Amino acid sequence: MNEVIDVVVQVLTKYSLITAFAVIGITVWVSYFLSDKLTRGWVHGSSIAILIGLTLACIGGIKTGGSKGISDIGLFAGIGVLGGTALRDLAIVSTAFGVRLDVFRKTGLTGILSLLIGVFVAFFVGAIVAYSFGYRDAVSITTIGAGAATFLVGPVTGSALGASSEVIALSITAGLTKSILVMSMTPFVAKYIGLNNPRSALIYGGLMGTTSGVSGGLAATDPKLVPYGAMTATFYTGIGCLLGPSVIFVLIRSIV
Amino acid sequence: MAIYGTALLSLCLLAGVILGNWLGIAIGVDANVGGVGIAMLILILIAERLRKTGRIQAPTEKGILFWSAIYIPIVVAMAANQNVLAAIEGGPMGILAGALSVTVCFALVPVLNRLGQSDSEPEETL
Repeated sequence: MNEVIDVVVQVLTKYSLITAFAVIGITVWVSYFLSDKLTRGWVHGSSIAILIGLTLACIGGIKTGGSKGISDIGLFAGIGVLGGTALRDLAIVSTAFGVRLDVFRKTGLTGILSLLIGVFVAFFVGAIVAYSFGYRDAVSITTIGAGAATFLVGPVTGSALGASSEVIALSITAGLTKSILVMSMTPFVAKYIGLNNPRSALIYGGLMGTTSGVSGGLAATDPKLVPYGAMTATFYTGIGCLLGPSVIFVLIRSIV
Repeated sequence: MAIYGTALLSLCLLAGVILGNWLGIAIGVDANVGGVGIAMLILILIAERLRKTGRIQAPTEKGILFWSAIYIPIVVAMAANQNVLAAIEGGPMGILAGALSVTVCFALVPVLNRLGQSDSEPEETL
């Protein structure tokens, strides 16, 4: 009997990318079913699917202690490929096919402005939280602020400034929390913040900045908005890494 | 053929990411600055040109459209790869910093949206 199950596991592991297609396909199907039957379409199928995805990630983390969610389990390694940077970026770029350039031209300036405001606001909100939790040195405060930007800006800024590993870990927590919340909450707040046209999607992408959060959040809100949000969001981490250890650190140091 | 579309898409992404990394080096940041955004711009420009000259065929388009059709499943897989446990276990301060920054940024979307409204044409709804 054991042998019979072993064969199944072997095949699923060997064909892990195919397993991923099947698992994700079933997840999406179940999500749309639940959306339709349980919430009568009130909660969109793709946002349920993303929530299930995050739950699976949590289970993967508990089971293996790894950092890559469900794909740390050998059987589901293919999900790591399917949802990894390469295919995710390919899919994001493909959404730009059919987008007209003049939308970007018209909102270009607002897009840049939202990027800068997004980066600064995230840093200062993070910095205020760090300060209220008793941190008084500019390096730690800036690093935690950087984490509130994205989970990449945090460690990049932290290691540039020589922050302690404990503070860097905190900054990653802040960034992960942000990305997960943006992914799961966007569809619910979309109508209150006017997120229903290319222009506001562009602004939203610049303010939020987390590519995974924005691409997930917009997918569950309205997939047509994805290219606009993703366009600005992809510049955010770079700008955050540029401004964090320099301008923002100097600013924060002069305040504390 | 569908592969032409997928190849075009791949070339755009690779070119964008390479340019993004070069841009990162140029401004002294060890990160990819806007690679995906640059790739999207390249794709938009090429697609617009190919359409005008009528040189893009339906099967080629399918090679691109498949990937945008499969976008949501890919995002679901991405969600399943996140280090959710670390975020939960990371302590209240990290969670608060992340959550507060999301809340403030959500609130700023309508503010910025109104701010620049006057300098552009009336917004269109998709």
